[in-house]
Amino acid sequence: MIRFEDVSVTYDGAAEPTVQGIDFEVPEGELVLLAGPSGVGKSTVLGAVSGLVPHFTGGTLRGRVTVAGRDTRTHKPRELADVVGTVGQDPLSHFVTDTVEDELAYGMESLGLAPDVMRRRVEETLDLLGLAGLRDRPIATLSGGQQQRVAIGSVLTPHPGVLVLDEPTSALDPAAAEEVLAVLQRLVHDLGTTVLMAEHRLERVIQYADQVVLLPAPGASPLLGDPAEVMAVSPVYPPVVALGRLAGWTPLPLTVRDARRRAGDLKQQLRNAPDKGRGEPRDKPRTTRARKRSAHPTPVGRAEALSVLRGRVQALSHVDLTITPGETIALMGRNGAGKSTLLNSLVGLVKPSSGTVLLGDATPHRTPPKDLVRKVGLVPQEPRDLLYADTVAAECAAADRDAGADPGTCRALVTELLPGVTDGTHPRDLSEGQRLALALAVVLTARPPLLLLDEPTRGLDYAAKARLVTVLRALAAEGHAIVLATHDVELAAEIAHRVVLLAEGEVIADGPTADVVVSSPSFAPQVTKILAPQHWLTVTEVRAALRESGR
Amino acid sequence: MDSGPRRRGRAQLHPGAWWLWALALGTAATRTTNPLLLALLISVSAYVVATRRPDTPWSRSYGAFVKLALAVILIRLGFAIVLGSPIPGTNTLLTLPELPLPAWAQGIRLGGEVTAEALTFALYDGLRLATLLICVGAANALANPSRLLKSLPGALYEMGVAVVVALTFAPSLIADVQRLRAARRLRGRPDQGVRGLLQVGLPVLEGALERSVALAAAMDARGYGRTAQVPPAVRRTTAALTLGGLLGVCAGTYGLLTAEGAAYGLPVLLAGLAAALAGLKLGGRRSLRTRYRPDRWDVRAWLVVASGVAVAALLALAAARDPAALHPGVVPLVAPTLPLWPAAAVLLGLVPAFVAPDPKELS
Repeated sequence: MIRFEDVSVTYDGAAEPTVQGIDFEVPEGELVLLAGPSGVGKSTVLGAVSGLVPHFTGGTLRGRVTVAGRDTRTHKPRELADVVGTVGQDPLSHFVTDTVEDELAYGMESLGLAPDVMRRRVEETLDLLGLAGLRDRPIATLSGGQQQRVAIGSVLTPHPGVLVLDEPTSALDPAAAEEVLAVLQRLVHDLGTTVLMAEHRLERVIQYADQVVLLPAPGASPLLGDPAEVMAVSPVYPPVVALGRLAGWTPLPLTVRDARRRAGDLKQQLRNAPDKGRGEPRDKPRTTRARKRSAHPTPVGRAEALSVLRGRVQALSHVDLTITPGETIALMGRNGAGKSTLLNSLVGLVKPSSGTVLLGDATPHRTPPKDLVRKVGLVPQEPRDLLYADTVAAECAAADRDAGADPGTCRALVTELLPGVTDGTHPRDLSEGQRLALALAVVLTARPPLLLLDEPTRGLDYAAKARLVTVLRALAAEGHAIVLATHDVELAAEIAHRVVLLAEGEVIADGPTADVVVSSPSFAPQVTKILAPQHWLTVTEVRAALRESGR
Repeated sequence: MDSGPRRRGRAQLHPGAWWLWALALGTAATRTTNPLLLALLISVSAYVVATRRPDTPWSRSYGAFVKLALAVILIRLGFAIVLGSPIPGTNTLLTLPELPLPAWAQGIRLGGEVTAEALTFALYDGLRLATLLICVGAANALANPSRLLKSLPGALYEMGVAVVVALTFAPSLIADVQRLRAARRLRGRPDQGVRGLLQVGLPVLEGALERSVALAAAMDARGYGRTAQVPPAVRRTTAALTLGGLLGVCAGTYGLLTAEGAAYGLPVLLAGLAAALAGLKLGGRRSLRTRYRPDRWDVRAWLVVASGVAVAALLALAAARDPAALHPGVVPLVAPTLPLWPAAAVLLGLVPAFVAPDPKELS
């Protein structure tokens, strides 16, 4: 259905091709996953299918891409609109109209389909994607998962043979991601749609893929094959594969269920592992560290009976939270559960409608910004919001000035977090992970005892995530308290001492990570699910335990 | 997902009907300076908005229009106080220090006497403009402007989409400004004041530009701008008709407005209009586009439009018959009275509150 013949793409002004030697075929009715670390050109490959590369983006495409027999050299994106449906990373920038029903019809109107056909297909699509109850709703009022489903629906109505998706679940909470993936699954099974998608969060999607195209490194030619085979050599892999590699299982399991079937021996081994008995708190070394720190008399941050009203919505109601130095807390919950509002009220961006927030003895929304940065730092969901200057050096100089720190403080932090970034680089040219590190360095310049991060792993690949984990662990060890709002259960399992679950603005669970996530089906990390009823959270822990018992 | 007996969500009034109704009320407002009649017009439109506006983001713009109208009145009064007014008056309220101006600025006055007559005149004048604005705000709140643009002829479709996109971009631009100003606080900089606003300007524009590019890519990939092949003859005729028509409209309008051209003005204007419309119709052939569930123009739409037009026509008639009642005098100052039958005419504008579908029943 999609055929790449020795394709290479060179953007204008770039010395090297972004991708080269792309040569593979996607058969009709398959779900093919495009995997690889950040910056290898996954989006370029996806764009080449819809013809946006090179017709819209510019650049030179060598070789040939054909979709349903149409050559993208001679067909512009708009002439491929009836065979390829494309959904980009941000569904909001995809919408042309303002209500759900009009959005579903838009593509068909452009293609000039007859009114009765349009009417039928809109109704079918509303049912297929479970959107019937939302048909008259303005798109701006929908949740992230609903918007993603509307975006998929809006390209489905012209009945394209091919669906191209760039990171469809990255911004979604686990439940909303399941919702979107279930829809894709249904399209592939019932309608025979060919799906090509790129996704960083392999643990969510790998089990649905028929084949995987792996782009191992920038400029390297792709590897196409059976998911299990490709995962055996891939530089990016989900925890289930990591555990499989560790235990030496072949073929590698891709789903929790497969892995659990093979896990008998491993569980036996782990049961004999010293001090990691079944059902015991899995957090020992870290809790002791946290306990030692919590001997500090004053918590760095505290919310008491905090309520926030936004318009008519109760964003937070009666939230109590105490943050002690050296502690890492993960805030989890659905999109719109109040995680960001809680972080924002801790930095004084949101005024509490009742209750109190205290940082030490200061009230954040009454503290002048200049003093506030020394008490608390927030890296927002979009780290770019914090960056104004056009070079890294200028950004660092401004950060030193803002924080009243010695000149060079921020630059030293940047060198530590981001080795190899030169002074003259424009923040815009950094990758997602690098930009996050730069924003983190800017915030850390004022040495705030409390550090808040909003969705830090959005758009990060496994390597960038591992680096972030190392950095955050080191900060916690130095005595910083860290609160992160995240959908990423694997990240929470890796670094959080405590998990706070929010639902509809209320705290519904607050306790050690092991206790909270183990009992929840959607927030449990893969390793926990595989090795249940033993309480293991991450591959790192399992590896350490095996090493110890082997000794 | 949800079930149960539910009337069709689309049983809304044609957006064009709301706009015509509101513009007719606005026209009526231009016929009078009687503050009581103007207040009555505002109340009529506000009542209809209160009972018939749907619960959507754009319908909340009504409040913004009311604020804008108040600002207009205040600015008008401010001008009358500072710059003086040509209205002769005897009831001096206060005397501001007058700024002596050089001879070449004769006719302009800064400061000086402020009379009750001048202020009353300014208030009436400002109120008239405010009423017009509030009527436009009512149309905006009652009918989604982008649905109105959907009813444009095919040839203008692409322009309509551009306007719709611009309309949806404004709110997200405001959200961007708010988010970035808030982010300044995180850097330890003051998040209020003009300087803060200026410094986020560039990032906001960058963000908007990026979003527009992403949207353009998405629209391209969804088939925006697909055109049908039309024979060159048709293309040329379209261009000739549209251009000629527009020229005709210009010439005709000029003719109507000048004293000498009154004889040929109207026919040329009408001929030009007809040619331009034919050009648009023909130009529509190039567009492949079809319409999904276009709004129907039904009896209720006729009734709504008729009520608005009746108000405008009756007030225009009243203004011609009894100018004194519709334009209460300011020199000498007299208290305005409510003329009975023009007031009754204004109340006709309430018809939509009873014939238009109730949005609350629909959802």
